[in-house]
Parts: sequence; C-alpha cells; structure tokens
Amino acid sequence: MSVHRIMGIETEYGISVTGQPSMNAMVASSHIVNAYASLVGAVGATRPRWDYELESPLRDARGFDISRADADPSQLTDEDLGLANVILTNGARLYVDHAHPEYSSPEVTNPRDAVIWDRAGAVIMHRAAHLAQAATGMQFLLYKNNTDNKGVSYGCHENYLMRRETPFTSITNALIPFFITRQVFTGAGRLGRGQDGSSVGFQLSQRADFFEVEVGLETTLKRPIINTRDEPHADPERYRRLHVIVGDANLSDTATYLKMGSTAIVLAMIEGGVPEILGLMPAQPVREMHAVSYDYDLEHLVALERGRSMTALEIQAVFLEAAWTFCDGPLGIDEQTKDVLVLWERTLDFLNNDRAAAAHTVDWCAKLALMEGYRRRDGLSWTDPRLALIDLQYSDMRSEKGLAYQLERRGSLARMVSDDEVAHAVARPPRDTRAFFRGECMRRYPDNIAAAAWDSVVFDLPEAETLLRVPTMEPTRGTAAHVEHLLDRATTAGALVRLLQGDGAAPE
Amino acid sequence: MAAQESTSKRTKSPTTQDEDVPASQIDTSVLDADVDAILDEIDEVLEENAEDFVKSFVQKGGQ
Repeated sequence: MSVHRIMGIETEYGISVTGQPSMNAMVASSHIVNAYASLVGAVGATRPRWDYELESPLRDARGFDISRADADPSQLTDEDLGLANVILTNGARLYVDHAHPEYSSPEVTNPRDAVIWDRAGAVIMHRAAHLAQAATGMQFLLYKNNTDNKGVSYGCHENYLMRRETPFTSITNALIPFFITRQVFTGAGRLGRGQDGSSVGFQLSQRADFFEVEVGLETTLKRPIINTRDEPHADPERYRRLHVIVGDANLSDTATYLKMGSTAIVLAMIEGGVPEILGLMPAQPVREMHAVSYDYDLEHLVALERGRSMTALEIQAVFLEAAWTFCDGPLGIDEQTKDVLVLWERTLDFLNNDRAAAAHTVDWCAKLALMEGYRRRDGLSWTDPRLALIDLQYSDMRSEKGLAYQLERRGSLARMVSDDEVAHAVARPPRDTRAFFRGECMRRYPDNIAAAAWDSVVFDLPEAETLLRVPTMEPTRGTAAHVEHLLDRATTAGALVRLLQGDGAAPE
Repeated sequence: MAAQESTSKRTKSPTTQDEDVPASQIDTSVLDADVDAILDEIDEVLEENAEDFVKSFVQKGGQ
C-alpha cells in the first residue's frame, strides 16, 4: 500500500487591510476573490456559480451521465449568498468562506502534487492581493496561518478519500493518537498559549488550543480532533471523504508533503486493518493534544488508556515502524511512498537529535530558531512584540516580507517543488483526477459553463433550452486519459457534450 | 529510546539516505549555523513598530 489516494488541501488565509483594522472581513475577502476573478475573466453575469445541487446519477463507462438540470439560466446571474466564488482553470475553488479568502485545491492523487497545487494557491492569493490593491487602492495583507492570537482560528483542512466500508471506530482509534503526535512535524509554531494567546510561551501548533472535543461535526466551535462531516463529493456508497481539521497551514513544502504522505499511509493501514497502530489511544486526548503542542522539548509523556506512557516521538515511531512493514511488502514499494517513509524517519531522527537540521524542514523548528536567535542576540523576553511579529510575519504571503520565503531564498528552509511546477499548477489542473475535466472545461469553454462543483460541471449551451449537468461523481475519472482526446476534438462546449453523450464518433 | 528505534528501522529500510531521495530534500549540506546572518537579513524586512502591527492583526472566525 502507498501514499497514493485522492486528496486535497483547503486553506483559509488570514487577511488584514493596512490602516483599516475595522474593515469588514467578508468585504475584504471579497475584494481578493473578485480581483482574481477579473484577472481570469470570470466576471459579472457570466461567472460560473458553484453548483450546490447534489444528485446520485448513473455513470457510464467514462464516469459520466448527462442529466438535464432544472434551473432556469436567468436565475444564474445571482451569486449564491452574494459571496465571491471562482472556479479556476487548475480545478481549484477560490472563494470567501466565513470571513477569509479560501483556496480549495483541486483533487490530486499523491502528496507531492498536493504540495504543488497548495503552493499554487499561495501564488494565486499573493497575485490576488496585488490585483485587489490595484483595483481599490487599499493594501491587503494575507497570511498562511491559523490564528490571530486573540481568540480566533481559521483552518487548513485536509481531505482524503477513503473506502466507505472502513468502520469509523477504527478510523478514530488510530487517527486520534496519530493526529495528536504528528504535531511534532506538522506544527507551524505559535508564540502564545490559550485560544487568545494570553499565556506566554511557544508551542508547536497554531491550531491545538482550539480543539475541545474528540469527535464531532463542528468546524467553527467546539472543534473536534476527528471531524465527522460526511460529505464525500463522490459516490457515497463507495466513498467517505475524511475531512481533517486539526492541521496547521504549513509554509514548508516538506512539512506539507510529510503531513499528507504520513496521514495517507496511516489511512491505508487503517483500511488494511493493521493491528499495530491500535492501542495507542491517550487516556485524555484533548488534554494531550494541548500538552504535546506545548512541549517543544519533546519530552512530555502521553498517558495511554492501556496504562503505558510514551512521548509523541515514540508514538510516531510505532506508526512509522508499522508503516515500513505494511508498505514495503513482497510486491515492492513505489518511489514516492518510499520517499515519504525515508523522510518521516529522518524527520523523527532530527527531532530527536538535531533540532538545527529539523529547522530546515519543520516549520515550528524554523520559527523557534529565529525567535531564540533574537532572544540571544538582542536579549529579548518572550513577551517582546518583535517575537510576536516574527510569529505572524513568518506566514506573510508577500515574497519580499514573508519570513518563510526569506528562509527559502537563502536555502535555510528546504524547497521540494520548483517555481515552474507551481506556475504550471496555477493555471492547469492535475492530469490524473476529475479536476482535469473541471479545469479544462473552465479553460476551454468559459462562456458555456454555468456552474461547477467537485462533483459536477453544468453547461449552458446556446443550442439547448435547459442547462446540462455533467456529474463527476468518481474522482478517479474525468482524467486526461479519460477525456483529453474528447476535449481536443471538441472545439465547442456543445460538441463536447455530444461526444460525452456518445453522439458522433466513438470516443475511444 | 525513540532514537534507537528509528536507527534500527533505518537498517530495515530498503534505501539509505545517501541514495535517490528525490523529494526528501533534507540536505544537511545547506545547514547554516550562522543564525546571526539570518537575523541580519530579517532585520531588513521586519515590519516597523512590531507592537502596533501585531495588535492590528485581528481576524473574524473561521473553520
């Protein structure tokens, strides 16, 4: 088994407007999204809306079934809830969620692609902020972080497609201890403790203090370590979408890669019924989530239900050991899975033995190293506002101001994907998921897309009286292999729909 | 103890950290102990008036 599965990352960015602290956050976020919408040509009445309709249609061999939607095209000039929303040619969704601009990446099949299309989102946000400034004269600052340190948190959520038949209890039994302890490499670092940051002290995670229960449906209050939202955006008979809300937004490529990769492997082990990763449940999960985050010496002993006590690194080592055994079987192991396991192992080693080395890939170690440097050089106390500024500015999306970007430029924070790969991903979708169909339809037929969502593309054809909804319920279909030859043959959206319906020549 | 466990696992691994590893990217050769040089660079880009800047960063709720 491997790191390969359908996955994606959705990130809410912190936002502020220089000199206008009281500006309505939804309005500010709308400026960001609308500015980018103007750039990509999705403006006014022709902008495709998000398709909220949920259906369970039949699929044909290519994964498509054409159904006629009921909506009247004249209704579609209204934007849902009035909030800005753009579907991008890379298959992503850029919109206003609550009081933040959010980038939801297209579906990808592996952790490395997750890094590339997540990083594309950061580029898009940065570009959008520039455009919004040009349009309004106001300066918008965006941050890839998860708290204002004054009581508010906003998320960087991971999504993983799982088999429906996997019992949810086995998911929670393995994932609660995994999530609590993966903070040692997923934490983006935070100066301040408690939700409002009023207690002095560094901690590993931006998010940990905002988790109050073990399992639940909420995402905005009483946040649970395991979120039970069951909205697969795919065939619900086959799939569950695991919606992970505990993670920090990472600046380090490697941290994002390891976060997605290690979690994907643990999910494969859960689906595979690996017994070694059960029996690690802490006696008090929420309390341990906070305790692990507060313990940047990594010495805290987590008390388990079964009476043992282990450090977070020791618990991670159990997961890693099981993962090697599980993944490196007689059938061999694919390159990226091996790469994730080697990286996971090396990261745990560095966290144990060489914190300076860990600072090249682990966000909280990089951030803490800066703070400790300032404390030593300038004799700063932990309450010095300059340290709080470092915490914030680490995640500044401006390339010239963001401290993580600064560290990357000088080689102090490792990069693992190239600018060219990211630039390509800003405009183009992954080729191996249904995001390819969505993104390419947006790119090739922008005037004929009335709406789209994860599980549909809705066409508005001049020759048709009603809208045509093409469900994309199977995330592994609608790939370049499935549809690129059809797209290449179809010079119009109408021609594409006819090809999908099987009219005209045989597609394959 | 965890360190020992990790070490023993490395021998189990089919790879070593010297070969392949296209993405793991932990290149210890770029290890830069000169933190002060980093700080000097960061001094140049840090926002002025740290206290006000941090105070003015107030967010509304999210997920």
